[in-house]
Amino acid sequence: MSASWYAVVASALVAVGLYGFIVQRHILRRVMAFNVMGSGIFLLLGTMARRGDPLTDPVPQALVITGIVVALAATALAVALLIVHARVTSRAALAEDDE
Amino acid sequence: MTSEVAVVGMVLLPLLAALPAVVWPRQGKHFAAVGLVATWVCLTVLWIQLWQGPVSVVLGSWPVPLGIAWAVDGARAALLTLAGAVMTAVLIYARKEFALVHQPEPTSQKGREKLLGQRRQAESFWPLMLLLWTGLNLVVVTDDLFNAYVGLELVSLSAVAVVALAGNAEALSASLRYLAYALMGSLWYLLGVTLLYGQHATLDVGLLSQAAWSTPTDILALAIITVGLFIKTALFPFHAWLPSAHASAPAAGSAVLSALVPKVAFLLILKIWLDAGAAAASPAALNVLGVLGAMAVVYGSLLALRQERLKLLIAWSTVAQIGYLFFVFPLAGGPAQEQPWSTDAWSGMWFQLVSHGLAKAAMFLCAGLWLQALGHDRITGLRGMVNYMPITVLAFGLAGVSLMGLPPSGGFAAKYLLLVAAFAAGQWWWAVVIVLGGLLAALYLYRPLAAAMSRPETPPELKPVAAGWQCLPLLLALTAALLGLASAWPFEALQIGRPDWQEGPL
Repeated sequence: MSASWYAVVASALVAVGLYGFIVQRHILRRVMAFNVMGSGIFLLLGTMARRGDPLTDPVPQALVITGIVVALAATALAVALLIVHARVTSRAALAEDDE
Repeated sequence: MTSEVAVVGMVLLPLLAALPAVVWPRQGKHFAAVGLVATWVCLTVLWIQLWQGPVSVVLGSWPVPLGIAWAVDGARAALLTLAGAVMTAVLIYARKEFALVHQPEPTSQKGREKLLGQRRQAESFWPLMLLLWTGLNLVVVTDDLFNAYVGLELVSLSAVAVVALAGNAEALSASLRYLAYALMGSLWYLLGVTLLYGQHATLDVGLLSQAAWSTPTDILALAIITVGLFIKTALFPFHAWLPSAHASAPAAGSAVLSALVPKVAFLLILKIWLDAGAAAASPAALNVLGVLGAMAVVYGSLLALRQERLKLLIAWSTVAQIGYLFFVFPLAGGPAQEQPWSTDAWSGMWFQLVSHGLAKAAMFLCAGLWLQALGHDRITGLRGMVNYMPITVLAFGLAGVSLMGLPPSGGFAAKYLLLVAAFAAGQWWWAVVIVLGGLLAALYLYRPLAAAMSRPETPPELKPVAAGWQCLPLLLALTAALLGLASAWPFEALQIGRPDWQEGPL
């Protein structure tokens, strides 16, 4: 399959993730949307690596691995906060009372 | 060689201190103290080396673009020093805020849970602060945009955790809202960086600055990165997360969050617009940055006027003060980079960055001490504080002088330099906003100061705070004032490593 196909899928993932992040109120769904959008970006990085045909550029792959670690840490923190928040307030969404 | 070790040490030493603090949480404050001293040694060595010229390291001797370059010049060293100074004050102050008073083991279940919560809060604070410091220093020294992303994430995630420390509903929702904004900002930044890599096959700021920024993808990447960093800097209109987050954190955390955290994201905007992507910086785009900054100054100040709680007032003031930094783009970016006034605008921005950091940290530490003494931070409840805690009132006032931009203070030097540049550039409208922002700052700071100096109807119930603790914010505020009194040396030091800088002793 061609690199541009991967790029299209990556863009679609980014778009779906962004939409979910903005529209969803449930915090867990927002965390998932963050991960979908992140996966789209990682796929895009992978596509960048493929363009060096016939040799594959190794740098984007290193970036993806680092990015996954960062995303994992962020997800873990978000889920931990979400659990404590749910325990204290018995709510799964933020009270949107922006000052 | 020495200088390379010093640069690496600036990032590595706080990290090395953080790791044992995670493993042995009870001893956290001792590890923090050791890390603090060691990092200051590195910083001192770094300044001595800077005397001879800017310092750079290529990590692991892998040449750029495969490897990563770290560098320190006068301006970056100024930010490292600001971070060191604020961290020092905060880590000392935190010994007071998180001191666990020896008390008999509580008998009730609720009392035991409360004590456990306090202990957890105290033990988590030290490693979080050290990790935050690691991230801050990393973003400052690195020349690689992806490396900066890792540092930025370290800063954001530790900052979110610091906000959540109090563990009550208010703090938890503030930290979750902060996290949502921070994650969105980092994804946008990462997406832009990905696009840039696809275009130029490098993420090194120096190499990117030599590349041609002509394709639409370049412009798209620049826009996406900038929006992501706006969210992290809390520039108007992306500021919604900042006030509640900064007001909910423990005072020691708020000081770092307000004084340092938005500054490193701003430093990246600076690297992108004045350095890596300078070729793509059109006057129109630079003016948009300046206008957003002007709106932040006015809007943040107006909202600060309306706050009833002191910590929220100080947090809204941060939204306003960050706005001033963005005047550097129309005054010293793009075509203006060649103009004679760009040095004034650029240096004024750095004075603003450093003096606001010192003054804001002093204010949050004052607010924290008052909170401990009074048990609340309502502005109307501050009446008569000048009689009971005069040193903190003096510190708050001095910090306020710097925020308003009255002489002699670092804030005055900053605004003076920016004003000179604005008039020299013929862009007087920035000068109007700078003066207006100073007036508004005087208005919103008048209320807590007037309350503190007025006579209370009934003497408030106070827990006494020793004078030694009150001296901490005073020292920070005095340093901010000193920046204005002796501004010649810091001005010279900032220029180390700038294009027109002459090598040799200052």
